[in-house]
Amino acid sequence: MMDWAYLFEISLTGIASGGLYALAALAFVMVYKATRVVNIAIGEMLMAGGYLFFTFAAMWALPLWLAIPAAVLACGLLGAVIERTMIRPLLGEPPISVFMVTVGLSSVLIGLVEMVWTADQRRLPEFMPSDPIMVGDAFLAPKVFWGAVVAAVFIAAVLLVFRYWRGGVALRATASDQAAAYSVGINVPRVFSLAWVASAMLAAVSGIIVGSIGGISSSMGVFGLSVLVVVIVGGLDSVLGALVGGILIGLVEALAGAYLGGEYKLLATFVVLVVILMARPYGLFGTHEIERL
Amino acid sequence: METTLARGAHTTAPPLLQVDSVTLAFGGVRALSGVGFAVQPGSITAVIGPNGAGKTSLFNTISGFYRPSKGSIRFKGQDITRIPAPQRARMGLGRSFQNIALFRGMTVLDNIKLGRHAHLKTNVFDALLYMGRARREEAALRRDIEERIIDFLEIDHIRHAPVSALSYGLQKRVEMARALAMQPEILMLDEPVAGMNREETEDMARFILDVRAEWGVTVLMVEHDMGMVMDLSDHVVVLNFGQVIAQGVPAEVQADPEVGRAYLGSGNVDELRAKLRAAAGVAA
Repeated sequence: MMDWAYLFEISLTGIASGGLYALAALAFVMVYKATRVVNIAIGEMLMAGGYLFFTFAAMWALPLWLAIPAAVLACGLLGAVIERTMIRPLLGEPPISVFMVTVGLSSVLIGLVEMVWTADQRRLPEFMPSDPIMVGDAFLAPKVFWGAVVAAVFIAAVLLVFRYWRGGVALRATASDQAAAYSVGINVPRVFSLAWVASAMLAAVSGIIVGSIGGISSSMGVFGLSVLVVVIVGGLDSVLGALVGGILIGLVEALAGAYLGGEYKLLATFVVLVVILMARPYGLFGTHEIERL
Repeated sequence: METTLARGAHTTAPPLLQVDSVTLAFGGVRALSGVGFAVQPGSITAVIGPNGAGKTSLFNTISGFYRPSKGSIRFKGQDITRIPAPQRARMGLGRSFQNIALFRGMTVLDNIKLGRHAHLKTNVFDALLYMGRARREEAALRRDIEERIIDFLEIDHIRHAPVSALSYGLQKRVEMARALAMQPEILMLDEPVAGMNREETEDMARFILDVRAEWGVTVLMVEHDMGMVMDLSDHVVVLNFGQVIAQGVPAEVQADPEVGRAYLGSGNVDELRAKLRAAAGVAA
């Protein structure tokens, strides 16, 4: 006998945590779309955001309204530094070289975190409302709910900004054709920086939410693994793909965790990945020319 | 201001664009060596030459995609040799590409609007906070320019079409529209009629003449179609193996023994090439 109320509750949780995946996936897609760099270190950038927030909020005891923007800005700065020192010098090199640099970047970030904050798991200060959320009869963990709300707000903001703001238009134009972008006066290297900064800031927001749900640790980058599944399922360069893929993977993980057991979560997501790649090698919404890696 | 280096240019007005002994090398390969010519304001100047002569390299050097190893480029009297491409675009060098470079996935109108991108000063905060009169006026002016360009190039019926769905000839026209939206002082066209049929070619030739007449834009183009070059141009520069082998008014260039009747007439490039190779071999 199927317990529909339970299924509903699990699905809600899945969609809510899928919102977080979608936000992190958006951070990935932004860099990929503009610069064609596969940033394997996206999970570690999330982690960096979480630790920066920890530093400002717990260690320096800054008020939350200051600590959150400070962490996001600091992570944006980190994104700028990464772009300038590691990615820009590789402009024009084969994609696989840049890819390997981001693999290295993830190790470097993990190492830095363990050096500065040790490898112990930490808890972030509580800042989300803790009243239980009821949707009908279904219970939703407040942190997951508020995390999803924040993610949704940021996703909407990003979509608006990239639709109407000049920098967003420049980014879309650069993603579409670099030579043409240059020829109409778009400063393409600056667009690359912008993409990395925006991506790092989004990663920081995700990192703060993920960290406040499950705590932060130097192995938090594993979250990035699911994000990679999301973007591959959705199509590396598709914003819509990131959103749909995020919800889908969130749902699959929640259902697998509830009905098969927690150890099947990753297995289930990777099964979904394999099935979708067999049916649609470019992901659900990806452009049909991304086959280099 | 120095006088023009161009042979056969019948004016002593300061040139709008001055290319001075530009040399461009990729590793050991010299794409351009000692190229020099001038573009007079209000003129239509054409660069011709066989495939691989360095015409597109020259274009890319002028618009800032390549940096020459020697020589200088002056635009409106200012040395722009070290200025990056986007800034040159903003200074008034609009261009099209040999292999069309449009923003795919966007509409014709979006592409044209992006041509105005260079001139917009607003940032995200302006967009949110500053909705005043000046902004509305600017928007109106912008729309006006867009409308004029769309009318002028006769692409009204496709303004909302995605560019990737258009024919080759129309895509070339949209590219030109985007370059015009930048309100350039020099419109650089890389093979504007390549791959077009006679009718499309004639349309494009008319647009090029009208661009100068109605908009006062100076035109610099690379073109293979000799008929069109000879009909439209005020000044022709002939490139071969990265060197200027002749320049002047069309009649002069046509009569130039080095350019060769064969090359201009029946398009016998091989003969000229063999001759030049022999000459280079002797010199070496």
